[in-house]
Formats: sequence, C-alpha cells, structure tokens
Amino acid sequence: MSSLATTLSPEERNSFYLREDHHPENATLLGFWLYLMSDCLLFAVLFAAYGVLGGSYAAGPGPKDLFDLPLVAVNTSMLLLSSITYGFAMLEMARKRQTATLVWLGITGLFGIAFIALELYEFHHLIHEGAGPQRSAFLSAFFTLVGTHGLHVTFGIVWLVVLMAQVHRRGLTVPNMRRLACLSLFWHFLDVVWIGVFTFVYLMGVLR
Amino acid sequence: MSTAMHKENEAGSPQVHGHHDTGGHDEQEPHGSFKGYMTGFILSVVLTAIPFWLVMGDVLPSKQATVLIIMALAFVQILVHMIYFLHMNTSSEGGWNMLALIFTAVLVVITLSGSLWVMYHMNENMMPMDAHEMRQAP
Repeated sequence: MSSLATTLSPEERNSFYLREDHHPENATLLGFWLYLMSDCLLFAVLFAAYGVLGGSYAAGPGPKDLFDLPLVAVNTSMLLLSSITYGFAMLEMARKRQTATLVWLGITGLFGIAFIALELYEFHHLIHEGAGPQRSAFLSAFFTLVGTHGLHVTFGIVWLVVLMAQVHRRGLTVPNMRRLACLSLFWHFLDVVWIGVFTFVYLMGVLR
Repeated sequence: MSTAMHKENEAGSPQVHGHHDTGGHDEQEPHGSFKGYMTGFILSVVLTAIPFWLVMGDVLPSKQATVLIIMALAFVQILVHMIYFLHMNTSSEGGWNMLALIFTAVLVVITLSGSLWVMYHMNENMMPMDAHEMRQAP
C-alpha cells in the first residue's frame, strides 16, 4: 500500500483522498423511488377511504348520475399520451439532443395541462350541480382522492417547467439528467395511480 | 486495495470528477428504448380501451364478471407500466428498488383489504337507515 503511494506525484497523492462524499451513483434515484413508495401508501389510504365511503351517498347523487365516462376516457388518454411523450424526452436525453428533449418535455407539459384542465372542468361541473365535496361521504372521498392525484400532476407540471428552464439554461448536464430521471419516475408513477383511479372510482362506480 | 480503486475513480481532473463518476455509469442507467416505450404504450392503450368499452357499452350481462375483468386488466396495466415505463427489474439498485416495491405492495394490500373487510362488516351490523332519516341526519 505504501509503495503505491510513494510512486504517485504530489498532485496525484492529493487526489488520493476523497474530498467529497463518495455517493453511490444512483442513490438519488433510489431515494426518490423510496419517496414514491411512501406516496403510494398515501394513495392507498385514500383509496381505502374511498372504498369504504364510496357507497355512502347520504341520499345524494351517486356515481351513475355524476360521472361522465367519455370525459374520463379523454382524460385518461391525455395522461397516457403524456407518459409516452415523456418517454421520448428521456430517449432524446440519452442521445444528448437538447432541443428535441425540450420539445418532447413541452408536449408532455401540454398534455399534463390538458389533463388538469379537464379535471378542473369536471370538478367545477360537479360543484355547480350541487355535488361538491360537502354533499356526501362518497363525494368527500372522491374529491380527496382525485384532487390529491390532480395536485400531484399540477406539481409535476411545475417541476417540469422548472426543469425545462434549467435544461434550456445549463444544458443536459449530469445533475439535470438525474433530475429528469427523477421526474420521469414521478410522472409515470402518477399514471400508475390514475389506472387505479379510473378503474376503482369511475368504472366500478358506474357499475355499482 | 480500496485506496487504489479510488485512485482509478479519480483519474479525471477535479472539475470533471462529478461528471466522470456518474457519467461512467450512464450506460447502466435504464432509459428504456423506443421499442420498449412503444410496446408499453400500445399495451396500455389496449388495456385501457377494453375496460372502458366493457363498461360504456354494457357488454357483459353480469356486473360481477365485468368488475373482475376490469380489475384484472388494471392489474396487468400496472405491471406493464412498471416494466416498460418505470423500468423495474430485480437487478436495479442491487434489488433495493424491487424490495421497496414488494414491501409497499404488501402494505397496500393490507391497507385496502383490511379497511374494506372491517368496514363492510361494521356497516352490516349498523342499524339500517332509510333515505329520509339520512337527509335529517346532522
């Protein structure tokens, strides 16, 4: 060991010691994954609450009267399309093509905004009809679950815009690529949660 | 021996150290492929279209069967998203990703089935209340 150290030039010997923490390369992604798993538990609790309260209409309107399935289908396709366009952004990022990455991220953001706009329209329509969150336990649970998901998507869009600005200014640097990979996990995770929402809340609600 | 390995890692100049450290492992990072994303997308479209068609078109006579089928399709679609979009596999992060996922899945199943089971039986044992009484309820 000592023989190795003596063969090094002074400069090399300096670099011998780690001057910063030696991160395992993907620790950020693993940590972010753990956050997503805890977020998953949050949604599990909201799903459980909806499952328990989903039939308590308090003599008010039920899912069959309220849910507009064609609208939900359009909404679902918006989120699914945004997932695939984010995937294309990640592929362009891997090829280090900055402009193409930004274009795909922009398209992803537009699909996300379309999703949120449709959801807000739906909420506005429901509240206007007197089916707001305070109408019944079913509607409270519905607004909490779907609203929490919508809030996640909203923050995802904010994050997306911030990252687009960062990539635009600094380029596809390693930290930016790591951030984009985290947002990719977040964005796809929200799509996974939406599968549960449209199946358990909308489709099974109408079947009820 | 470990110091010698660190020496190799720090071969680059100090400024590019961070780049070198992470950049060197880029190829291992799962970015997926165009084919992978398209496969996932097409499968997802099909797995979304079928349940909507089943419910909106009132295709099956039995509601129970429809519920079971759309739940199974949702489960399959979640797996498709996990594999093709989230790039889950047993080897990433030395298996810690998968371990966390399995642990979470167990908790989710306990939370959902436990809540539904307990609350369903509690509701069964409650005094019945008709719509008129409910409207008067505080």
